[in-house]
Amino acid sequence: MNPDDRKYTSEHEWIKVEDGDTERALAGITVYAQDQLGDIVYFELPQVGDSLKQLEKMGEVESVKAVSDLFAPASGSVVEVNERLANEPELANEDPFGEGWLLRVSLSDPAELDKLMSAEEYETYTAGLH
Amino acid sequence: MTLQSHYIPNTPEEQAEMLAVVGADSIDDLFRDIPDAFRNPTLDLPAPMSELDVQRELAELASRNRPLGSGPSFLGAGAYNHFIPSIVKALMTRGEFLTAYTPYQAEASQGTLQVIYEFQTLIGSLYGMEVANAGMYDGATSLAEAVLMACRVTRRSKVAVSNTISPAYFQVVRTYCQSQGIELNTVSPASPGIDDATSCLVVQYPNFFGYVEDLEGLTGLAHANGSLIVVSADPVAMGMFNPPGHYGADIVTGEGQPLGIPASFGGPYVGLFSAKQQYIRQMPSRLSGRTVDSQGRTGYVLTLQTREQHIRRERATSNICTNEALYALASTIYLAALGKQGLRQVAELCYQKAHYAAGEIAKLPGYSLPLQGTFFQEFVVQCPAPPTDINRHLLERNILGGLDVSPNGDYGGEGIPNGMLFCVTEMNTRADIDALVTALGEYN
Amino acid sequence: MARGGGTRDTSKLLMERSVPGRVGAVLPESDVPPQAMPDDPLLRRDLQLPEVSEPEVVQYFTALSQLNFSIDTHFYPLGSCTMKYNPKINDEAAFQPGFAAIHPLQPGEQSQGALEMLHRLQGYLGEITGLPGVSLSTLAGAHGEFAGMLMMRAYHHARGDTARLKVAIPDSAHGTNPASAAMAGFEVVTVASDDQGNVDLEALHDLAGPDLAGIMITLPSTLGLFDTGILDVCRIVHEAGGLVYGDGANMNALLGRVKLGALGFDVIHLNLHKTFSTPHGGGGPGAGPVCVSEELASYLPSPVVARNGGGAEYSLSTPANSIGKMSSFHGNFGVLVRAYTYIRTLGKEGIESISANAVLNANYLMESLRDKYLIPYDRTCMHEVVFSADWQRARGVSGLEIAKRLLDYGFHAPTMYFPLIVHEALMVEPTESETKETLDAFIQAMRDIDREADEDPDLVRNAPHTTPVSRLDEARAARHPDLRWQRP
Repeated sequence: MNPDDRKYTSEHEWIKVEDGDTERALAGITVYAQDQLGDIVYFELPQVGDSLKQLEKMGEVESVKAVSDLFAPASGSVVEVNERLANEPELANEDPFGEGWLLRVSLSDPAELDKLMSAEEYETYTAGLH
Repeated sequence: MTLQSHYIPNTPEEQAEMLAVVGADSIDDLFRDIPDAFRNPTLDLPAPMSELDVQRELAELASRNRPLGSGPSFLGAGAYNHFIPSIVKALMTRGEFLTAYTPYQAEASQGTLQVIYEFQTLIGSLYGMEVANAGMYDGATSLAEAVLMACRVTRRSKVAVSNTISPAYFQVVRTYCQSQGIELNTVSPASPGIDDATSCLVVQYPNFFGYVEDLEGLTGLAHANGSLIVVSADPVAMGMFNPPGHYGADIVTGEGQPLGIPASFGGPYVGLFSAKQQYIRQMPSRLSGRTVDSQGRTGYVLTLQTREQHIRRERATSNICTNEALYALASTIYLAALGKQGLRQVAELCYQKAHYAAGEIAKLPGYSLPLQGTFFQEFVVQCPAPPTDINRHLLERNILGGLDVSPNGDYGGEGIPNGMLFCVTEMNTRADIDALVTALGEYN
Repeated sequence: MARGGGTRDTSKLLMERSVPGRVGAVLPESDVPPQAMPDDPLLRRDLQLPEVSEPEVVQYFTALSQLNFSIDTHFYPLGSCTMKYNPKINDEAAFQPGFAAIHPLQPGEQSQGALEMLHRLQGYLGEITGLPGVSLSTLAGAHGEFAGMLMMRAYHHARGDTARLKVAIPDSAHGTNPASAAMAGFEVVTVASDDQGNVDLEALHDLAGPDLAGIMITLPSTLGLFDTGILDVCRIVHEAGGLVYGDGANMNALLGRVKLGALGFDVIHLNLHKTFSTPHGGGGPGAGPVCVSEELASYLPSPVVARNGGGAEYSLSTPANSIGKMSSFHGNFGVLVRAYTYIRTLGKEGIESISANAVLNANYLMESLRDKYLIPYDRTCMHEVVFSADWQRARGVSGLEIAKRLLDYGFHAPTMYFPLIVHEALMVEPTESETKETLDAFIQAMRDIDREADEDPDLVRNAPHTTPVSRLDEARAARHPDLRWQRP
């Protein structure tokens, strides 16, 4: 169920390099993450222009009764934020790999993505959690 | 060995039955985890009393205090003597309100939750603000939390506090800010030196001395520096004066006591807290929100709880948990009963009577009104003698005078020489006021 | 469960009931000569308040009250909340004009009765806790915690010991503890609990260094257990130069059984709205007096009540190194009157009888349900017992659903999913004021729900069925906040 066109962090974010541009990537949270969180009600996301450092905190996601940190899947700068999430945070529950994406990032070090898990590795990893 | 208390139903026979189920020989067995040397210490407390004896003792203690209703009273300064309709106490002391827990179980707490929603509506409306919360402890703590919130919102740590706010409120703000690296500066509202490092300008409206500040000018000045304006406003004055929201205030707090809550030696009261919608995620305390149940029926829940301590713990917007829900209820009932016409009438009665009193006092030789501007129900009188002496003279005539706000007065602040802060409300009849004026005249 | 309420409608809000021209209160006409009104631009034109008559207000709020559970109408087995009977004489005492109608700033000689009462209450609370310095000025438990943390900070700073920036807090702690420590500028470090539910002494030892300001600990813990290592906890923290703060939320278990000051606690707060029977009011008012050792008494928040010679025998005073004022005036006086009345009524024997029966009742519930509900820390409990719904969860029904199903049986839900270290926690505190018949009925309900989890799990999963509303859409409330009525 995790698409193999992207990479995954152990904190349940994904990042996908966009077609034809190795330095731009979309990032979001996984189906597993949204399932653990339950109904998502709010995202606190970085702003366009903010710089990110891989695996450092980049924001927060709130469900009704929990707050979790979001970690940057890669270093770079934010070029776009999914504005729809402000009014429709549920998109990240309904379609986390698609319409519910969080950020578009300009990567400063595309090679960093090699440190992340493949879909298969992530699947094994989440199967080991409970 | 044990007393059979009327509050504790278990009889010795029932205790024995229960101990048998538990498998313990005695109740003391259940406390074996307490180290022996410290278990069952001597407890030096008085013996139990019958209800009749307790009533007598409490009545005796109460008899040694002077209630506001026992004679003309002109003391305000943060706690006010206003008319409270009988229905406020009758409704708020219903066991279903009085003995309910915090409404975390929404299905079992729709009454309290809907009351909070009504309270948020009415307080927001009164202050002209977009959102209000379920209440804080009191006026001073509400203001202190507003200052902390303004620092979070602006990410600045310099605060300009008007020297015309209540000295007690200033002290509480200082207590709250002492460990947060916040720099508090006292400023004059006539020239509040604020700059682009100032998180907020804090003013009281009407101010501690009863006078209306220029909120329009002060709000403009704060906003021009990217600062917020935080206003502590008397809710009853909102019955006739433009609310802070009208001028664009960012956070408006206040003391809810004037809205149907007895003076009660300083508490319990309820803190009012409202803000612009955009700051809602930085607000402290509970919020009740309207939603629907699984069958589509309207219902209410505590919402945006991720701001609060039970979820966000050390990163919460505040540590506040239990607040003053019962007195938020009292204020809601009061505002429902007084309504649009009633609150205006109360405000105008206070204004009319206070201005009559001020005018009559100012005619007395030796007495004057040292401050200029528009006041609501409080005003400062410069007296011909130390206010404590004058108050003693008034009390001999069973009149409770105003607050000593002279530089040596016991209430702090910079002070006004021989200044006394009088408060006149709808509770004072013309005869009360005339008696005050006569007594003051005699003193000279 | 029939609610026995009336038939007055609650669906319309006050503003929706408003009819122009209706009034709910009549005020006297002005009896002074007309005074000039303020400048017109200052005057308000948009006052939006309801216009309803007095009968409507009474009917509406009465009907709303009937939508609530309350102690007078329902049993609340609500762990760590001590929902005991709230004696009516306490309210009556607080409402008499000699208490309710006195001004906080009136001269001391006009409020000697109030001050003497407060002074006595300070003494009683100091005696019960073994911590003789008492300030009654803090308005709730969390407010007391904040004051206590500020005192801890002030104490260290006064000794030039400014590097103590950390406060240790057990993983079972209530959320207010870390929030209060953070408000006082401390960094929170979490201490694990051991397999007995006690503070893990080794973990504490590792934290106890020159940067430790102190520990915040709840006794008995939120697991309902008396920490058998408490003397070691106090010793380790003191040896490292730190102070021990006690969260008094669970004092109902300890009244007359042990004095926290004797165990080594330096500062604690009490929750008068729990232990001392003042009504919870749907979320306050409370009162959270702070009690401290002699050594810390000079740091107490202002004011405290002092007894002196001279004309006015009792007066308000500010301790020498006070952290300052915590509230507008002197504390939640009306709540303090109630707690005083409670202590006077019960006296020494009655106070001791509270902990005896509270602890007995909790152990009775634990033994009576141990075959059906998992007890993760299986020891003699104090005033509350923490079950886990893991056995029911394995059969497809969660702790939350069991708690909601209890509402259908006419019992308030227990505290759920707290403490955080217990999976599917259901924390049950019966208090001393419930009858054995009520406890037996609750035991039966818990057993019935366990059976329903097998026979009709959907009945439990979709509970409650008999409350005024069913499960509410909390996600919708948080995604699209509707926090006040707006004119359509």
